[in-house]
Amino acid sequence: MAYAAGVDVGSTQTKAVLIDEDRRIVSRALTDTGANVIQAAERSFREALAAGNLPEEEVEYVVGTGYGRYKVTFGNTQVTEISCHGRGAAHMFPATRTVIDMGGQDTKAIRVSPTGEIQDFCMNDKCAAGTGRFLGAASSALDIPLPDLGPTALRGDRPVKISTTCTVFAESEVLSWLGKGKRIEDILLGVHQSIAARSAGLLRRVGVEEEVTFTGGVARNVAMIAALEERIGARVNVSEESHYMGALGAALFALDRILASRAPARSTREDA
Amino acid sequence: MTETDTIVGRGNRDGAQLFRTWFEGLTASAEQGQSAAYVFVMGSLAELLRVFEFPIVFPEINSLQTAVRRVAHEYLDEAEDYGYSPDICGYVKADVAVQLRGGEHPMGRIPRPALAVYTNACNTYIKWAEIWERMYQVPVFTLDVPGARADGQSPGLGDPVLENDRRYVLAQLRELIALCERVSGIRFDVDRLREHLAHANTMQRGWQRLLELNASRPSVFNALSDGTIFLGVANGFRGTAEGARYFTELVEEMEHKAARGIGTLTDEQYRLLFVGVPCYPIFRRFNELFTEWGGTFVNSTYLWFASGGANLGFQYDLARPVESLADGLLLGVRDAMTSMFFQTRILDEMCEAFAADGVVYHPIKSCRTVSTGLADSRRALAQVRDIPSLFIESDMMDRRVVAEAQLKNRIDAFFEGLAARRDQVAARGA
Repeated sequence: MAYAAGVDVGSTQTKAVLIDEDRRIVSRALTDTGANVIQAAERSFREALAAGNLPEEEVEYVVGTGYGRYKVTFGNTQVTEISCHGRGAAHMFPATRTVIDMGGQDTKAIRVSPTGEIQDFCMNDKCAAGTGRFLGAASSALDIPLPDLGPTALRGDRPVKISTTCTVFAESEVLSWLGKGKRIEDILLGVHQSIAARSAGLLRRVGVEEEVTFTGGVARNVAMIAALEERIGARVNVSEESHYMGALGAALFALDRILASRAPARSTREDA
Repeated sequence: MTETDTIVGRGNRDGAQLFRTWFEGLTASAEQGQSAAYVFVMGSLAELLRVFEFPIVFPEINSLQTAVRRVAHEYLDEAEDYGYSPDICGYVKADVAVQLRGGEHPMGRIPRPALAVYTNACNTYIKWAEIWERMYQVPVFTLDVPGARADGQSPGLGDPVLENDRRYVLAQLRELIALCERVSGIRFDVDRLREHLAHANTMQRGWQRLLELNASRPSVFNALSDGTIFLGVANGFRGTAEGARYFTELVEEMEHKAARGIGTLTDEQYRLLFVGVPCYPIFRRFNELFTEWGGTFVNSTYLWFASGGANLGFQYDLARPVESLADGLLLGVRDAMTSMFFQTRILDEMCEAFAADGVVYHPIKSCRTVSTGLADSRRALAQVRDIPSLFIESDMMDRRVVAEAQLKNRIDAFFEGLAARRDQVAARGA
């Protein structure tokens, strides 16, 4: 049995996924990226190996992805996270035609072909508005842990309007709403709707075609799923592996390379 | 040394040398207190202004050179400290700082303007020239050149609509000639104009031929990197004997390469079209982000509009020089505007003629004129042709809005998509 690995070095967290040659996930690992990107990549890979009880030598091919993909020093090659999220999403939900990936500092809308190849993509530019960082700012301003943001927001019913498009200024806007006596639930609902609106804008640029699959760390946030569905008027697929989708896509690309290396050479006219 | 050793690379070497010579000349003019004609690339009228012996200054080229030489931020900061908004065109702000510094520029010294001559091809030209008018109290002359009314409506000479436009432009040229005589103190000499038009004919013929030659496979020059050098000579030496000789030799070089299959890359994998203005703050690196994947630019809308429509290869009629200058200006500037605003049909034809694998759109923060419609242009092209395209944003001057890591990510993903598409086509053919 051959094994392949994908290591996704993101701006906030690093993820590793191991798969077998039947494309089943064997194990996964997640660690904070921190300042030492090389160590984060190695740590996540080792933790995934340990979780899968696999010796390193059984992993035939490793693909690095994410902004730190060139820091996966033990990797065989690199593929962008744009291709990897598209590939991972299409693997988990084969009818996927549009992917929205919301990560720590960027959000991408990706249109994929029926065979999972990238047809078009669009990302936020030079600004973290509409990304996970925006939620981080709200979490900090309101002193609410990140995992509690979604459930808290869902209790809101009169969302405030977050007008700033800047993550840095968002924090002060949140505080100003608090100063005006607005409920935390309504402020958070407004924050989620603001991010959903910006993400929907990216989706419209590539064209929203169902099925839509939501990937990345923010896909674990229930309020964001609801806000996004409301904004685009379509249901979104969310996998339990959404946070690992980039690493999974990278592992699938790694497996492609393993299988391609085993394929017999095609006969040529001269051979015949 | 073989003929190939002598000829290949000559255009880039000679182009760089001509550029240095040009700026040495400008520096000498500035030091002698001589004033210049300030002009722009879309309709410079250098052929006419040389009759009056004005040194020719292209402020757009001065500005982009500060970016290529990695000092643009110093100039932009200075203009912003003076009061210009970060949102204003980077070319304008770098020039303002050059003026504030008394002409100090990384390539020498820029003489002050005696007058400014420009067309309406870019709305910023008009506001830019007003800055010099206020700074130096010099005359500024706006040539109002009618553009195409819509895509596909580009009637040729003889058409009644165009004849009206031509008379309108000709009347303005006659006013400009009178102004130049007054400012320079030199009488208009039609025979000298004929000489400059003849050189311009050689250059425009050469420019058109050069662009055609890049349909060769492999392509003989990179439209983004090499092409920008050629473009600089086309503008800075327009209507001169040096410019005519340069383009004659450049065409010879490219024909030599095309005949022998000598490409700009040793392994050309992807042939791309570029739409927009280059990213000058990381000019070389920006291009490498594509060439590292085996991608090369076979053509570029920049080489059309920033040459003032020289891609048409228009030939002046030396028997009626002033009238023909009006014809050339009208057709050239109209084509430059069409290249910016109505690109879809031209790009579609270009995809076919140049066997392009993809189109790269590069809108920039500094220039709304050239960037605003690119998202629509991309959609329109997608409706008529199934060709992958990439949409990346940065700037031509301001490194604060140039994020190399983000650019690389998008460019890498674009090439991954091109590779997957190629694999699919190969699999279908297997």
